Amino acid sequence: MNTSAPRLQLLHITKRYPSVVANADISLSVQPGEIHAILGENGAGKSTLMKIIYGAVKADEGEMLWDGRQVAITNPAQARRLGIGMVFQHFSLFETLNVVENIALVLDEPFDLAALARRVTEVSERYGLPLDPFRPVHSLSVGERQRVEIVRCLLQNPRLLILDEPTSVLTPQAVLKLFETLRQLAAEGVSILYISHKLHEIQALCDSATIMRGGRVTGQAIPKDETPASLARMMIGRELPQCVAPVYTGERRPVLEIRSLSRPTDDPFGTALHDISLTVHAGEIVGIAGISGNGQAELLAALSGEAPGARNAVCIDGAPVGHLNAGQRRRQGLVFVPEERLGRGAVPALPLTHNALLTGHPQGMKRWGLVRYARARAFAEECIRRFDVRCGGPEAVARSLSGGNLQKFIVGREIMLQPRVMIVAQPTWGVDVGAAAFLRQTLLDLSRTGVAILVISEELEELFEISDRIAVLAAGRLSPAEAKAATNAESVGLRMSGLFTPPTEASAPASASSSSTESSHASA
Amino acid sequence: MHLLEPRAQPSQLMRWTAPLWAILAMLLTGSLLFWMLGKPPLESFQVFFIEPLTSSYGWSELLIKASPLILIAEGLAIGFKARIYNIGAEGQLTMGALFAGGVAVHFDGVDAAWVLPAMVAAGALGGALWGALPALLKTRFNAEETLTTLMLGYVASFILAYMVNGPWRDPEGMNFPQSIMFGDSALFRVLMEGTRLNTSIIITLFAVLGFWLFNARSFLAYRLEVGGQAPAAARYAGFSAKQTVWFSLVMSGLMAGLAGVGEVAGPVGQLNLNISPGYGFAAIIVAYLGRLHAVGIVFASLLIALIYLGGEAAQVSLQMPAAITGIFQGMLLFFLLGADAFIDNRLRRPA
Repeated sequence: MNTSAPRLQLLHITKRYPSVVANADISLSVQPGEIHAILGENGAGKSTLMKIIYGAVKADEGEMLWDGRQVAITNPAQARRLGIGMVFQHFSLFETLNVVENIALVLDEPFDLAALARRVTEVSERYGLPLDPFRPVHSLSVGERQRVEIVRCLLQNPRLLILDEPTSVLTPQAVLKLFETLRQLAAEGVSILYISHKLHEIQALCDSATIMRGGRVTGQAIPKDETPASLARMMIGRELPQCVAPVYTGERRPVLEIRSLSRPTDDPFGTALHDISLTVHAGEIVGIAGISGNGQAELLAALSGEAPGARNAVCIDGAPVGHLNAGQRRRQGLVFVPEERLGRGAVPALPLTHNALLTGHPQGMKRWGLVRYARARAFAEECIRRFDVRCGGPEAVARSLSGGNLQKFIVGREIMLQPRVMIVAQPTWGVDVGAAAFLRQTLLDLSRTGVAILVISEELEELFEISDRIAVLAAGRLSPAEAKAATNAESVGLRMSGLFTPPTEASAPASASSSSTESSHASA
Repeated sequence: MHLLEPRAQPSQLMRWTAPLWAILAMLLTGSLLFWMLGKPPLESFQVFFIEPLTSSYGWSELLIKASPLILIAEGLAIGFKARIYNIGAEGQLTMGALFAGGVAVHFDGVDAAWVLPAMVAAGALGGALWGALPALLKTRFNAEETLTTLMLGYVASFILAYMVNGPWRDPEGMNFPQSIMFGDSALFRVLMEGTRLNTSIIITLFAVLGFWLFNARSFLAYRLEVGGQAPAAARYAGFSAKQTVWFSLVMSGLMAGLAGVGEVAGPVGQLNLNISPGYGFAAIIVAYLGRLHAVGIVFASLLIALIYLGGEAAQVSLQMPAAITGIFQGMLLFFLLGADAFIDNRLRRPA
């Protein structure tokens, strides 16, 4: 037995839901000052386990020991009093309030805004997380918003900090910065539970790891002693699948052309697009890197036709389509997989048959204004089969599918429309490793049949895996697309922070960074 | 304090049986009301809900009252599914009646088979126009249709009042605000001797069939449903939001206009200020009570029609005030909305 009791110890935690056992007999322990990774795919039960620790979910069986004493945490407020802080993957900040107001909202104790602001500044400086307490949240970059969440936890002097996939929204440079902060915290004795499925991050940061699959612990490891392949085996039960990018041998003609697309924004928290030009050729995948909120949503809406604009700004196979709506552009051979699957790419309460109809209806699913449901059903069935969509059949409603399976269905549906151009936003967001590899390979194979594919993603690794050329969207400006071989994660990461020279303003190198909300922390 | 929090999986069984629960709650609260007013509850129920149905005349009256409710509610349901809230069906009914009545007044004495079809067409046109106005205002100026449809209802009733007080007033009507009584060629034929049940019911029958097919199978209905449930998905698929607005409002206006024709060329037989006892508003309750389903609406209409009849009977036999009809309709809607709220959410006491 250890002389110093672990900060947190879980013994045989089990949590059952009606249809699934989310956690089965989970045991782990975290020492003071230890950075402990929880590694697992989506659906492995990581989030449930963290919610149990944080008191948001009650375990059916098992015990939890805190500093060697048995505790029963029944709600998050109690968890916070014990010294457990959690930074969620999705931020819970009010955009119209400023930093200190947002922090004040969650404090359990009475506060004085001015004094709190001083504490915020103090804590944020101490941990290298510079924050202006009076900046409104809507003007902050995603990385800065995450800092608010972290500082909010740190103000309560946590002794265990839980971070749920914290790097999915950060540039490579910001990730390094975050790691420094976490190491500093650990050196001061704070225990850290770090949830991720990114193997190299866990190897770089964590002292130990608990690997989960299907609700069970499948391994305990010292990440630095393992290889990515051995960790992946524990995580997904087999080798990490590799994508292969065959050479395209067909004709290289421009299919999707974006010409000097500029667009003001109506949304007060939106990003205006400035003079975006890009050409995607048949048989290639062009990736657009960048952090959401830098014009991604606006660019996608302008390309998909959800927000039509100037006629000549977007062309498909030489034909101007910039003024057409989404349905009309689809008739020109454009398909689109949006970032939001539920509510945009699919109607949550409708079955897959009806969701096949959403964009598949021109494929002979109508006659005399009536729907031929048998055909829609057959289409859905084929999509489920071809793209290995795990679901209860074509009558399962869209929201009953897991994120990854719904994504496979939507990507499959769009591919079955035999497009000339495919635009995909965040193709593998929240999708497990196996399904993500399948989706990437599907996109690669599709592109080699002569389809022009544009992928917008926050995941740099993914873009480097599948793209032929990579451009960066930052502060509403698009950098020139560079061949993958001619660039690397470092330089893309720098450009994600807005530090690139737009081609039309080659003589004014400072112009891009001046308009960027990212610039402050990139240079920090 | 309690919180309403959304349920992960609202029960479909409860969703479809909610109208029955609402009816039950209405009956229970209704008996409490009768009891508090000093009327014996059981006997009052007999008068209110049973006696109107003990004669074939009662049944025919039930159908006469249900028919306009069905027509209007079928049209409204289309819009409600697309989240286009036309609450001005009463005004569209009035305009339909006015257009049809205009034909009848203008061609008074013309004994031709085309007069009645012309009235039906004119009535449909009038209602559709009165639905098209808010559609124009919404698509052009982004004006909220709940306000414009409701307010245009008042405009319609003032136009009607002007016409029956002025140009179309019956010269021999002792200055009452009403038109001449329509001739036989401008009236639906009575189907059953001794009742007021007429051939307009056939239009209603076909409307139910048509809307059932439309809802179950048409691509347009699918587009409307997507537009209502997930506007972003409709935009993503390229379904025009403006078309949805136009179609919903024009169609529901048209159906209300048809209901207006059925009244003036049926039981009312002229233009006056009492064409409708609030059918346009009651049809909103009908649409939701029938779960926006073409056949469900038929049953819901029969129930609301029965409340109209029962309300009349209660005034006569129990000396209850005329407001009793509205009270029962209101309770029904209230309990239905309440039931829906608890189907989608549950009550939780925060920890």
